[in-house]
Amino acid sequence: MRRQFHSPIVLLGARLLSPYIMVFGWYVIIHGHYSPGGGFQGGALLAASVLLIRVAGGRRIARLQIQEFATTPLAVIGVLIYFATGLVAMAMGGYFLDYGALPIPGMDPDWLRYTGILIIEVGIGLAVMAILVMIYDNMVKGEDYA
Amino acid sequence: MKALKVLILVLFAGILIFAASDLPFRGDPDNLMHAEESITGTTVKGSYFIQNAYRDARTPNMVTVVLGDYRSIDTFGEQVVIYTAGLITLLVLRKTRRRRG
Repeated sequence: MRRQFHSPIVLLGARLLSPYIMVFGWYVIIHGHYSPGGGFQGGALLAASVLLIRVAGGRRIARLQIQEFATTPLAVIGVLIYFATGLVAMAMGGYFLDYGALPIPGMDPDWLRYTGILIIEVGIGLAVMAILVMIYDNMVKGEDYA
Repeated sequence: MKALKVLILVLFAGILIFAASDLPFRGDPDNLMHAEESITGTTVKGSYFIQNAYRDARTPNMVTVVLGDYRSIDTFGEQVVIYTAGLITLLVLRKTRRRRG
């Protein structure tokens, strides 16, 4: 059994860094249209900001941010956002994942594709974040971390 | 046995270096993959992506258009792979207390 220790300096540094990493993760996801980035990279950054608090603060503080049971539903929601986008496009008369057929009124097919790419990037980011946090939680479960 | 391992590694390295010596130079505009038509006379798909990515999806980042629009089913498969990896850690690593007998 490992000795538990409590370090306010480490926790303060993690609390200082974590929101900025999370904002940068959302920036990478949203700006995937204009700069290098996208769902996978942004999701990894979001997971980094969540895991930093988990490593530094332990289970009791991490419970305030994202609870352990919430990661699996978040991953399912992320995959379902992607799949539902393709399915809605197919139901409206296009091909599977043909964003030009999405039922958003007042938009040309090219701007619909622009929006569809953004929707699926958000889905990918959510799923990647939830799954990386889930892997960490499952690996740590049963060990005595602070 | 160790000598055999080293021999196999050197052999594979030699094969790879021999194959890599025949690759075209990176960024050479006369490469076949940068041509608009392939040697069989058909249009190269990459030139279509380069010319029409902005017109199709209004997105300046061409890589995002290829990843999210033209090849979105491939990206969906990648996401399902990651999801499956997460579920497998759920099955393998989670310690459940199960009494036998």
